[in-house]
Amino acid sequence: MSQSAVDVPAKGGFSYDLCKRNDMLIQKGLKAPSFLKTGTTIVGLIFKDGVILGADTRATEGPIVADKNCEKIHYMAPNIYCCGAGTAADTEAVTDMVSSQLRLHRYQTGRDSRVITALTLLKKHLFSYQGHVSAALVLGGVDITGPHLHTIYPHGSTDTLPFATMGSGSLAAMSVFEAKYKEGLTRDEGIKLVAEAICSGIFNDLGSGSNVDICVITKGNKEYLRNYMEPNPRTYVSSNGYSFTKKTEVLRTKITPLKERVEIIEVTGEAMEE
Amino acid sequence: MTFTIPIDNGDSVKNAEADSQRTLYPYVTGTSIVAIKYKDGVLMASDMGGSYGSTLRYKNIERMKAIGKHSLLGASGEISDFQEILRYLDELVLNDNMWDDGNSLGPKEVHNYLTRVMYNRRNKFNPLWNTLVLGGVKKGESYLGMVSMIGVSFEDNHVATGFGNHLARPILRDEWHADLSFEEGVKLLEKCMRVLLYRDRSAINKLQIAKITEEGVTVSQPYSLKTFWEFQAFHNPTAGAQGSW
Repeated sequence: MSQSAVDVPAKGGFSYDLCKRNDMLIQKGLKAPSFLKTGTTIVGLIFKDGVILGADTRATEGPIVADKNCEKIHYMAPNIYCCGAGTAADTEAVTDMVSSQLRLHRYQTGRDSRVITALTLLKKHLFSYQGHVSAALVLGGVDITGPHLHTIYPHGSTDTLPFATMGSGSLAAMSVFEAKYKEGLTRDEGIKLVAEAICSGIFNDLGSGSNVDICVITKGNKEYLRNYMEPNPRTYVSSNGYSFTKKTEVLRTKITPLKERVEIIEVTGEAMEE
Repeated sequence: MTFTIPIDNGDSVKNAEADSQRTLYPYVTGTSIVAIKYKDGVLMASDMGGSYGSTLRYKNIERMKAIGKHSLLGASGEISDFQEILRYLDELVLNDNMWDDGNSLGPKEVHNYLTRVMYNRRNKFNPLWNTLVLGGVKKGESYLGMVSMIGVSFEDNHVATGFGNHLARPILRDEWHADLSFEEGVKLLEKCMRVLLYRDRSAINKLQIAKITEEGVTVSQPYSLKTFWEFQAFHNPTAGAQGSW
């Protein structure tokens, strides 16, 4: 291996250096770790005064439900939220990253973020990774130019729509929208329709389940209704609660409050110098 | 005039006979069928399109046919296999009539026969590339069942094939209830067919609805659904996002 003065990796995009080594490992019998996919139903719709986003809360790892109540509606800006389907890590990372970029941009411009800014940042990033970042997003928000709703596909293409669905339950949810969407819905009608579409995904798609999350964004206001609907409660809960067999004797009880163990050091002058 | 295609691989000459005897992929296909039970019997809807790959080659294919006095068969998938199945069923009904004993094949019996045929073909790795929907009424009892190309068969209050499973079934699960009237049933089916028209690329706007009751089978004349494209947002979709699409 030659000694190069400064070994700078190429900017942006993937480095495929390790592919050969990964192939060799797989041939030797190593099982690649399966990634956590969200197998999802996410929807968005534009109503009279703004945008309503909805999502289910099930995260799957192959056939197993990894998280029964995860959050798929991500914060991008005070007036912009984004639902994510596909690989959970990808949607989380990409929305976090663009959210930070938007905040810095807000500081620089002194204005509220616009939805197309988030859209362009997301699609630039996803396109440069040629679809390997498996994030399918429904981006919605209300900015100075009005309410906007976009879908972004893993390869970087986008659509601007009055109503949109993504994820494995997208067909079930889309059938509800196609049958029932009208223009000029009120807030309550819109929430009802979004909840219906997500429920259609929850009950008809195996990759979606548990509860319904809803986020309503209007001019100057947003409402994040976490677990707006819980159509899958635990049916059989023992009324006795848990009781251990009598054989378990409590010998000694010692409670150590953790607060006492933490030393709070008051720093005067310049902290964080290093 | 003959022309020979040069065959490079010696093996394919020997196996040519063996390979050409199996169905490998469908050529002319029909898209979804949606069917529901209602108060007086069964209602089934299908469009009249036959696609040749991604071309819409045929626009006048009847994918629902009456079988005997009591049943209606609808098929999606390969059209030639559907025609073959109709020939088998013709023979079956003919033999049944020849007994002349006043008894006739009901929907349950036809469904069972089809299940056996489909399953046995699949076991020989030479399937009839169809998903069949069998509906009928005999002695006041309505019957609605489905058989897939691998022999999976079941009955239910509402069934759909192909894309209908993903787009129509959620609507039916929500809105179907027992004792629908004829008008309600047709409205429900049209709702499903409209969503399919919007979202299934191989659907066409020319459909038939068939009704089976105790009196017999009627298949309607072809007609088309009203569609709505006038959402404001579609007029100028990227007004808020100049340069995007």
